Amino acid sequence: MENQQIVLRTQNIGKYFHKPVKFRVLDDINFDVKAGEFLTLVGKSGSGKSTLLYVISTMDTSYDGELEILGKKVTGNTSDQSSPLRNERIGFVFQFHYLLQEFSCLKNVMLPALKLGKYSYEEIEHNAYQNLEILGLKDQALKQASKLSGGQQQRVSIARALINNPAIIMGDEPTGNLDSKNSQIVFDIFQQLSREHNQTIIAVTHDTDFAKGSDRTIELSDGKIISLDKQYD
Amino acid sequence: MILPVNLDIAITHILKGVQQTLVASLGVALGVAIYLFMNSLSAGFTSFSRDNLFQSNAHIKIYRDDVLSKSLLPAEPDKLNIIVNPQITTLSKNVINPELILQQVKEEPYITNAIQQISYAVFYNRGETQVEGSGIGVNMVEYDAMFDTQDNMVAGSISDLRANPNGVLLGSGIAEKLSLNVGDNISMSSSYGVTKILRIVGIFTFGSRAIDDTRSYVNLSTSQQFLKEGPSFVNTIYANTLDPDNTSEYVRQLQTLTPYTVESWQTSNADLVSQDKTRGTMMSSISFSILVLAGFIIYNILSSTISQKIDDIAILKATGFSSRDVIIIFMVEALIMGLIGTLVGLGVGTILIFILSNVYMGEPAGYFPINFEASLYLRSFVLGLLMTALAGYIPSRRASHVDPVEIFRK
Repeated sequence: MENQQIVLRTQNIGKYFHKPVKFRVLDDINFDVKAGEFLTLVGKSGSGKSTLLYVISTMDTSYDGELEILGKKVTGNTSDQSSPLRNERIGFVFQFHYLLQEFSCLKNVMLPALKLGKYSYEEIEHNAYQNLEILGLKDQALKQASKLSGGQQQRVSIARALINNPAIIMGDEPTGNLDSKNSQIVFDIFQQLSREHNQTIIAVTHDTDFAKGSDRTIELSDGKIISLDKQYD
Repeated sequence: MILPVNLDIAITHILKGVQQTLVASLGVALGVAIYLFMNSLSAGFTSFSRDNLFQSNAHIKIYRDDVLSKSLLPAEPDKLNIIVNPQITTLSKNVINPELILQQVKEEPYITNAIQQISYAVFYNRGETQVEGSGIGVNMVEYDAMFDTQDNMVAGSISDLRANPNGVLLGSGIAEKLSLNVGDNISMSSSYGVTKILRIVGIFTFGSRAIDDTRSYVNLSTSQQFLKEGPSFVNTIYANTLDPDNTSEYVRQLQTLTPYTVESWQTSNADLVSQDKTRGTMMSSISFSILVLAGFIIYNILSSTISQKIDDIAILKATGFSSRDVIIIFMVEALIMGLIGTLVGLGVGTILIFILSNVYMGEPAGYFPINFEASLYLRSFVLGLLMTALAGYIPSRRASHVDPVEIFRK
């Protein structure tokens, strides 16, 4: 696990919330994420872990300090300027699964790749089917997203996150809205991606079992990192 | 068929929200239909009143206008100023060498037809009864070629006037007042004291009392006799042009050919022109307001669609769609609604025009004056789409400003 490439680096990242009162939500955040690492961010609610995730996702651009992704500085770019980067290099999995409800599962998975436009429609369709098959959802592919259960939807969103072979998968409480059985399934998928495909994963979670199973856990409290490698007993 | 991804998303939204699409399209359809219909009405009225006018008026009139004497003659230094009452110095309304002018006018490429005419004041007498009117002396064959007067004949024929040098065509109003008919004789006298007995060879009606109660047509030679003038006397030249809306340019060019007054029909009928303008402005502003309302329907529906799809917008932005993509997606939706609405609107408008054009209004108007005009269809189409584009852009732009982080944090 040595001499690994660094895919994401933060330098002195800090952020204020201005409403309702000025409040320092992130303070002096410094950490690196190595390629292939399965990293979890934990902390009590209000500790700033989700805020941090949105900063490093390039969607939240109002912070100070510096963010580097894949060796390139992204601080200073607008959210729109970073959209090609998000499209090609980052896959997202959210707490409330956030599929486009009116579209079929297959289409949901395909959309980021269609936006990227690197492959033909047929190739993208083929890849999307494959991803859904890996996640055990091939038979649900043509169903409308809204017709699926929460656990199924979350797996579809993982398939979507993977479609462009991203450098990083970011998860915001990916199991936060699931029952224990589905949480286990999603966790297993993450672990499998990490172990078998060497996929870099950064996930915010408050699920201790989930954090325990990751390679490394960063703990935040009151906007500060209190542990870069939290150990569980 | 494989569509660009933004278009694909827009069409999926449209197909999944058929009801909203229909309501929005219906709004646009009504707006466009009313716009097309009202403007066709206005255009129909205008062309009807113009047709009426051109039944007996040419596009351009050339005549010798009265000239007033100057009231003040500038004096030389040290001499007295001369002040006189201004008065008309024109002794004769004669257009000198009308044949030459007529020929020159006819040679102009934009002139379709030109004739010479003599207008004069006349009294129609029968016993003690006297009716005041205006006589016109023309070559009736040429006149008919210009105005299709034969269509207005209710008795007799214009060719009979040509055949009979002492014939007269009488307005139906005069004939009625004096209880005269074709074949009867009528005594007519001019302001020059000339009285002639003429034979009525035809009776016409233009559907306008102002003409039917006063006008009569005689041969050129007869009218010259009424005015005690020789055979070269003519006091007006009438010309028709290719484009009656462009007469000001033609007038300018014709004025270089002749010292006489060249006047367009717009100048002679300024009241009619301003009526047309008023009606046109009224109709188009009312119908445009309705179109604006249709725009509001699109705006409203798209706004509510966007509020409902705010999660979708956030997810699209998170997965790499830019603000521009979001604008394109919702603009495409607006334009699809607008296109459906506009096309349906043109169809509904066509049906309305068709129904009205078959309503019989009675003589002399005949069927309701409304026509299918390609330019109005084009204008309604373009305006319908433009309105939707405008109404769609505002909510689309708002959608593009959605901050995904704010949505995900909720």
